[in-house]
Amino acid sequence: MHSSPNLTLNGVDLLADLSGALLWPDRRLLVVADLHLEKGSAFAQRGQLLPPYDTGATLARLEGVIERHQPETVICLGDSFHDRRAADRLSRPDAERIARLTAARDWIWVTGNHDPEPPAHLGGRIADAVTLGALCFRHEATAGAGGGGGGEVSGHYHPVAAVRARGRRVRARCFASDGKRLIMPSFGAYTGGLNVLDRVLAPLLGRRFQVHIMGREKLFEFPSARLEPDLERAFRMPAASGVVG
Amino acid sequence: MDDLSPPDTLLPPNFLGWFSSRGWAPHAHQIEMLKAARDGDNALLIAPTGGGKTLSGFLPSLIDLSERPREGMHTLYISPLKALAVDIQRNLESPVAELRLPIRTETRTGDTSAAKRQRQRSKPPQVLMTTPESLALMLSYTDAEKIFKGLRCVVIDELHALAGTKRGDLLALGLARLARLAPLCRRVGLSATVAHPADLRAYLSKTGRADGGDVRTVLGRTGARAQVDILTTRERLPWSGRMAVHSLGEVYDRIRAAGTTLVFVNTRAQAEIVFQELWRLNEDGLAIALHHGSLSAEQRRKVEAAMSKGSLRAVVATSSLDLGIDWAAVDLVVQVGAPKGVSRLLQRIGRANHRLDEASRAVLVPANRFEVLECRAAVQSIESRTLDGDPTRPGGLDVLAQHILGMGCAGAFAADELYGEVTSAAPYAGLSRQDFDDVLDFVATGGYALGSYDRFKRLTLSDEDGLYRPASPVVSRQYRMNVGTIVAAVTLKVRLGRGAVLGEIEESFVQSLLPGDTFLFAGQLLKFLGIQETTVNCAKGGQGDPKIPAYAGSKMPLSSHLADQVRAMLSDPTVWTDLPPAVQEWLRLQRLRSLLPTRDGLLVETFPRGKQHFMVAYCFEGRNAHQTLGMLLTRRMERAGLKPLGFVATDYVLSVWSLKPVKDVDSLFDQDMLGDDLEAWMDESSMLRRTFRNVAVISCLIERRHPGQEKTGRQVTFSSDLIYDVLRKYEPNHVLLRATRADAAGGLTDVRRLSDMLARVKGRITHKPLPRVSPLAVPVLLEVGREQVFGSALDDLLDEAAQELIDEAMPELKEADGQRGGGRGGGQGALPL
Repeated sequence: MHSSPNLTLNGVDLLADLSGALLWPDRRLLVVADLHLEKGSAFAQRGQLLPPYDTGATLARLEGVIERHQPETVICLGDSFHDRRAADRLSRPDAERIARLTAARDWIWVTGNHDPEPPAHLGGRIADAVTLGALCFRHEATAGAGGGGGGEVSGHYHPVAAVRARGRRVRARCFASDGKRLIMPSFGAYTGGLNVLDRVLAPLLGRRFQVHIMGREKLFEFPSARLEPDLERAFRMPAASGVVG
Repeated sequence: MDDLSPPDTLLPPNFLGWFSSRGWAPHAHQIEMLKAARDGDNALLIAPTGGGKTLSGFLPSLIDLSERPREGMHTLYISPLKALAVDIQRNLESPVAELRLPIRTETRTGDTSAAKRQRQRSKPPQVLMTTPESLALMLSYTDAEKIFKGLRCVVIDELHALAGTKRGDLLALGLARLARLAPLCRRVGLSATVAHPADLRAYLSKTGRADGGDVRTVLGRTGARAQVDILTTRERLPWSGRMAVHSLGEVYDRIRAAGTTLVFVNTRAQAEIVFQELWRLNEDGLAIALHHGSLSAEQRRKVEAAMSKGSLRAVVATSSLDLGIDWAAVDLVVQVGAPKGVSRLLQRIGRANHRLDEASRAVLVPANRFEVLECRAAVQSIESRTLDGDPTRPGGLDVLAQHILGMGCAGAFAADELYGEVTSAAPYAGLSRQDFDDVLDFVATGGYALGSYDRFKRLTLSDEDGLYRPASPVVSRQYRMNVGTIVAAVTLKVRLGRGAVLGEIEESFVQSLLPGDTFLFAGQLLKFLGIQETTVNCAKGGQGDPKIPAYAGSKMPLSSHLADQVRAMLSDPTVWTDLPPAVQEWLRLQRLRSLLPTRDGLLVETFPRGKQHFMVAYCFEGRNAHQTLGMLLTRRMERAGLKPLGFVATDYVLSVWSLKPVKDVDSLFDQDMLGDDLEAWMDESSMLRRTFRNVAVISCLIERRHPGQEKTGRQVTFSSDLIYDVLRKYEPNHVLLRATRADAAGGLTDVRRLSDMLARVKGRITHKPLPRVSPLAVPVLLEVGREQVFGSALDDLLDEAAQELIDEAMPELKEADGQRGGGRGGGQGALPL
């Protein structure tokens, strides 16, 4: 492992990687969330012929980060496959790439809402959640519930954060953490995002948290107070009072 | 000889009677149009506004239908504006009613009800008024042949405004299909005066070529030459800025002295400010209204109606009023800010006083010194009757993709036959078979080298008959929900209290607002309260400096023709006598302290200022080309170790500043910058991303709407940026990326103009090192910090945001790091002036 840890979760030193993966150096563990493999072909099925390179692109990035960090264990935090039939649509070379990845190390497919039953024929173990030491790894964060002493790592929400610079707004994927709970960015090539200030995330992250925004060359850390909401949810007015909230 | 046949043999007695009952006599060009119809020729009528142009287009059809009444669609009228189609239909009603002609005229636009559309399909009216988009839709029906096979004439109004645009491409393809469905159908184009009539002849020809020999050109009577003045302000002439607020008192005086005035401006932001300022001055309470494309249709219709009734004294308008039916009452046109192009200026001036025998009156109001030169150049061009007009560009491949999909919906087709049909449309006359096949493959299967979508085709090719057909009925539904080439920015409705919707503003602007902020919109000062669904809620009034909505793509660059005229004027002091004294003085000082730019060369000045070194290049190629040049120069300077800090581009000049001085100007401006650097920058540029989004939507790769999801607020269902990144990496030569680069080269990046300039000035660059800023450079230096520069890298901006945070926490560090904030391709370093 090359880089030094840049965040602490429930007392555990972790490394948020520029690729969008999370590393636990002490345990030689690598975590990725929301690969959404074969999302492109899911759109193609209903007539939108998006470029069919998303699975290849996602796997190439995954192979790259595994090559750099040589983890002993890999956890895919759910929604690894875009839908139940996604694995059937994989091209043979892509399926073989996945099989090679899962055969070379301990590999865990955590179940997600898109893939409640990940395919068994591609190798790896399947689990609804994994607890290791002080941290629990699951697809979707649950309010109030932690695992193994309260630390939790999850995906599902595809968090993005926006900041303003020089009058312009910059929006990119991010890691979001309040010290106890970490929500990971999506790793898939065709996955959009939800602003971390969205009210859906409020019960999970609270008012004060930190984000690591993924730039092109490095990560940028900001406190939540520095972030900008997205428009749709920005200043939504409670229907009755008309007070800006 | 035929051509000497007296008019009355062409104009039947009942029509002659109708003309004389109105006190009219048929114009010569109207008779010429009748002759073209009699001979079965296509016709291009070029005439200034006024003078019964539209009637000339319809007259042959009305006579034919009067003499040979029949059912079924006879004439199709196509207008670029929905509102114009409606107005023309109303105007045509009066001869039809008064002559008791057996003709039904109807409109069909996006607003037409489903029931009426259905009726028009089963029982078409004799004359149908519609838009290019609605025509495309009708041509995709499986019964299109039945609807159109008896068509005898298609009239295209405001042809000059359609040809050369993507809508024009779509219409050209539609006309090619019509020619197959209705071989006897003639084409009639109505156009304002243009620089290249041959391009319009090609557009109308069924051969797609200007020399096809099947289009007769008819010239309308040219009216009295317009009387155009430049307002020489009593106030101090500003060095920079675009709002011309200093002159508005004098503009107000002109409005008061005239009957009805049209005040044209260049951007919607300008419209809001000029309107606001005129009302501040409006002690007489004159009825002055506002009209621009972001206002609600209802608001605009109200203004137009008030205008027709003659109850307004002035309207402040953007290009939203460039086209439209004639208002006889307008007797003065004011153009605030630079005209940007002669053709557009003439079109605007033509909206005053449509009586041809009287000169139109117009006043140009320059906002700054360079604009004085531009206005002067425009007036000279009008006097010498030279027009600007870009040479035609090939039709967009994205539009072709949409059309092919539509033709698939209409019925099975063979590739060879469709290729023949498509290349008979002028914009696609030069389309290679390879490009056609690539686009067809994209439509059918996505056209990806990986070829993994065999199972998900949109069109299937039959082995038996070699024909393409839609793979499922969903394909047709998807096409029909996404037809058209106008890709609007994401906008939100602006609602005042619980009352009316005032119009729409762009999402990006709303994102810059905080609750309580004020902004100018629809001529009112509004306070931003919040967002509800897709509506911006506002109250009247509020405190603080109002913001003004910025609208994407609303700035039009200076035309090449005007730029050339401005350069000519600068280089020839003998013509300066026509200029205001302040401008003459400015140019004389420039000659004394530095050099004057020459007509064919390029003047580049360098001078130190503070701790920085400035370079100013007098290119006159328009803002877009200058921005591209700025990006490329700063990349190159970065590599040469000159440490560039930023640049600013105006329509006239480009200024770049750096920590080290530029010495070798010739090699810096070498044409080879258009190679790898251009490619590398273009790929990263946000302009390419924006262009790709449009291409992806028009080509139907991304849907605006999907069956069953009509009512989502967001118009685009999938982020085009994600697709762009993946496609660029895995298939950089995909047909959609080729289409994107071609679009950008002529549009937002204006690479074509830049490359022309670099070729022109090669070996003619004059480098003038100066001890300090020159008079001519002052305006651009004043723009520093005011102009938005696009395309900064993500990391630069994030770095800056992070740095701000550090500065806030530890202000003492800020002083020590004074030169920060530049970076390649980026910044707006503060310039102390």
